[in-house]
Amino acid sequence: MATLKRTIGFWISIVLALILFVVVQVLISGEILNSFYVNTLFFMVINIILAVSLHLIIGITGQFSIGHAGFFAVGAYASAIMTMKLQMPFALALLVGGVAAAVAGLLIGIPSLRLKGDYLAIATLGFGEIVRISLLNIEYVGGASGMTVTHLTTWPWVFACLLITIIVIANFTNSTHGRACISIREDEIAADSMGINTTYYKVVAFVIGSFFAGIAGGLYAHHFYIIQPTNFGFLKSFDILIFVVLGGLGSMSGAVIAAILLTVVSTFLQDYPETRMIIYSIILILVMLYRPKGLLGTKEVTSFFKLRRAVQGGIGNDNKNTVA
Amino acid sequence: MELIQQLVNGISLGSIYALIALGYTMVYGIVRLINFAHGDVFMIGSFVGFYAVTSFHVGFFPALLLAMVSCAILGVCIERIAYKPLRNATKIAVLITAIGVSLLIEYGTIYLRGAQPEAYPSTVLPDKKIEVLGVTVNSQSLLILGVSIVLMILLQFIVHKTKIGKAMRAVSHDAEAARLMGINVDNTISATFAIGSALAGAAGVIFGIYYTKIDPLMGIIPGLKAFVAAVLGGIGIIPGAMVGGLMLGVIESLVSGLGYSLWRDGVAFIILILILIFRPAGLFGKNVREKV
Repeated sequence: MATLKRTIGFWISIVLALILFVVVQVLISGEILNSFYVNTLFFMVINIILAVSLHLIIGITGQFSIGHAGFFAVGAYASAIMTMKLQMPFALALLVGGVAAAVAGLLIGIPSLRLKGDYLAIATLGFGEIVRISLLNIEYVGGASGMTVTHLTTWPWVFACLLITIIVIANFTNSTHGRACISIREDEIAADSMGINTTYYKVVAFVIGSFFAGIAGGLYAHHFYIIQPTNFGFLKSFDILIFVVLGGLGSMSGAVIAAILLTVVSTFLQDYPETRMIIYSIILILVMLYRPKGLLGTKEVTSFFKLRRAVQGGIGNDNKNTVA
Repeated sequence: MELIQQLVNGISLGSIYALIALGYTMVYGIVRLINFAHGDVFMIGSFVGFYAVTSFHVGFFPALLLAMVSCAILGVCIERIAYKPLRNATKIAVLITAIGVSLLIEYGTIYLRGAQPEAYPSTVLPDKKIEVLGVTVNSQSLLILGVSIVLMILLQFIVHKTKIGKAMRAVSHDAEAARLMGINVDNTISATFAIGSALAGAAGVIFGIYYTKIDPLMGIIPGLKAFVAAVLGGIGIIPGAMVGGLMLGVIESLVSGLGYSLWRDGVAFIILILILIFRPAGLFGKNVREKV
């Protein structure tokens, strides 16, 4: 019975997602949405992918990484090189962007995930800066003036990537591996003494998270016409961090909602960038002071609709809270 | 000769890093917190010095003192408002708050006065070139070095010879036991923030005089590098921060001297990652086993 319920929930989510896809596609093809809204929509989806991928690292595994823009940049540049320099198809370019970011995640993850808390934060921040400075100094990708990229990102691509990201990360979270990651978040030493290979799981979460950040980078590069190293500074990392923190450390739907809300807010405040940053920073401080678990904590949105939380565990992002 | 020239430049730069790193290391030693806002306190110090010199036409030392006092007050305010309520919160929560405070100071400053950079007046300090054995030493860098050394000696004196220094050492060793012994832990933490921020403020004024250009986002990179310096020397260890700062400055100058000046900022972070991998406790630190 429980399995049936879970499967139904999963298919309902898929059907709802497809309806959303068709509706937006119709709106775009019918030119009811003007380019400004389409632009905002694409940024929103890219931000959601980034937020969900960082959510896996910070929210689920509890590894405080603030160099996410670095992986985003690796994905963006790798995919841009594939299409612009090597004339490869877009799908392959996206995949290569993701894989390149995943490799970067592996390289930085294996040594630095032995570190904890603040040290990991500062190491990943350093990594993000190294990526940015390297990109600035490599003439092949245009140095400081950046690289021009053709516009290949379309709504079906963006949507497909979003759907895959959410399904993969939701399934990972609810699998044995996800449970292991959650146990690391709750208490690393205890998880270790229960026989969980903490380094292995931390690296796995890190690599998956970076992979999707790389995919988001590919989408971003082929949407924005031009990519420059300044787009990938640590302010970008902080932006992504704010999505995860505001939504709730450990809540995927929270991260998604925060990404949507804050993208809308920052679109409206585009002309006042310093006001936007002041609002962001005050939100960060207030949320940490009064609601340190974020707005949703580790709950998912759907758990509010359930009267009885008898069923624990399941498929899709539509169930249970993940408090260990 | 070129090499010695670079060493001299590196030591001047390194002493600035060392001053900022001292604040990081003291705060970390006592509350185990990376105070991301520290680099911004440094920036505020620089601006206070700038306005003191340009608007009130005071000399170098009054401006330095004013910057130190304002930064000390700012540091205590930050601690009381943002960090104190989170004394028992998770590490991630405190770290995120620190990032929030840092962004708030940066963009608050931009909001108040705009993002345009300012040029430090060059008349604050006499700028004479002194030639020693073919090496040109700027009189400014000598004074900078002198001020840094005096401040560091003063800090050593405070930490090792005064009552508040003794309290700081006790709290950093074991805050609970210190509380049981009748030490006011909250005041001690505030004092640590005040002293560390005052040093950052002094570094800000010195930085402004040395590099002449200041802007509201200037604190980020020196702040991060000072953190690297603190980690290099072993975070929480005061002599470690000084040595780490000087080493980092010298390494950076040597990298620039070899013609890779564009990679200068990257080198600091590569050093950071290497240190974290091979010797996480830093050059002066001892490895401590973690307990449940």
